Amino acid sequence: MSAHFKKKSAKTSQEIPTASLPDIIFMLLIFFMVTTVMRETELLVRTSLPAAEAVEKIEEKRLVSYIYVGPEMLEGNRFGENSVQIDDAIVDDLFEIRNIMYHKILEEPRMIISFRVDKEVETGLLYDVQAELREAETLRINYSTMREGGS
Amino acid sequence: MPLKKRTRRQAEIPTATMADIAFLLLIFFLVTTTINVDSGIYMQLPPKLDANVDPPEIQKRNLLNILVNNSGDVLVDGQFMAIDNIRAEVVKHVTNEGRLPNYSDNPDAAIVSFKTERRLPYGVYINVLDEIRGAYVEIRDNYAQEIRGVNYATYKGQLGEDDEDEVKTKYPIKISLAEPEPG
Repeated sequence: MSAHFKKKSAKTSQEIPTASLPDIIFMLLIFFMVTTVMRETELLVRTSLPAAEAVEKIEEKRLVSYIYVGPEMLEGNRFGENSVQIDDAIVDDLFEIRNIMYHKILEEPRMIISFRVDKEVETGLLYDVQAELREAETLRINYSTMREGGS
Repeated sequence: MPLKKRTRRQAEIPTATMADIAFLLLIFFLVTTTINVDSGIYMQLPPKLDANVDPPEIQKRNLLNILVNNSGDVLVDGQFMAIDNIRAEVVKHVTNEGRLPNYSDNPDAAIVSFKTERRLPYGVYINVLDEIRGAYVEIRDNYAQEIRGVNYATYKGQLGEDDEDEVKTKYPIKISLAEPEPG
């Protein structure tokens, strides 16, 4: 009798196989590594952006190169003169922009320049920078803005 | 001399902690990832002026001149205007189709010229530019509504890879960022 009623269920393993867990995690990890864009520059100027309604999103974030324009941040929460920052340094002479942009556009012809300009900056400075961009033939630009209202 | 018994070493690397390590990295990247996409007003700068080539002639009626002075007063074709009214004026200009004599012949020829004085704050500059852009958004939405019954964004999403964007072809955005006024 005992031979006939042996339990049969014990043979299958009760544990969930965890061997593939690292693979799953690595897959997620690689996804995030690829999509992550780290903040590569430290801001040296204040850029409090204006708000606008009719805005578009830039889909190709890899093509974007930033120009920051705003009052320079000094020690002790004071602000200096309006300056232009490209990458991680302040541009002393606006004529340098021409060369910087020329080299950048050679590397990536479809580059978009995104302006992050402080609300208070006078447009004259912006025009000067734009004139330099035209010299370097980097004509695709974007005025970075906040989104207005809840739309 | 008795032979030493060989002890069998475990040849596998323990992989149980692998998941933990990967998790740690995963959390790091999760935290540092910036999801917010940059948004803004896309513009195309005019190409460098060539001294040998004359600028193309534009009929006066096709050009809508928007001038903004240092204190933020707006002149549209020589008339004072509040910033809120610019949008309607641009819509009227672009969709005129040759009806009124002072506005454009057709949407393709219509150009909006935007010029400011040099000491205007950037915030106001963006405000005015936003109104002009807003006018085009309105025009395109209306036209998409007319031909397909949906707004422009939806229409664009419905377009296939090779389909022509009729709305964009009919109403191209032509905003000219002119040389600024001195002073």
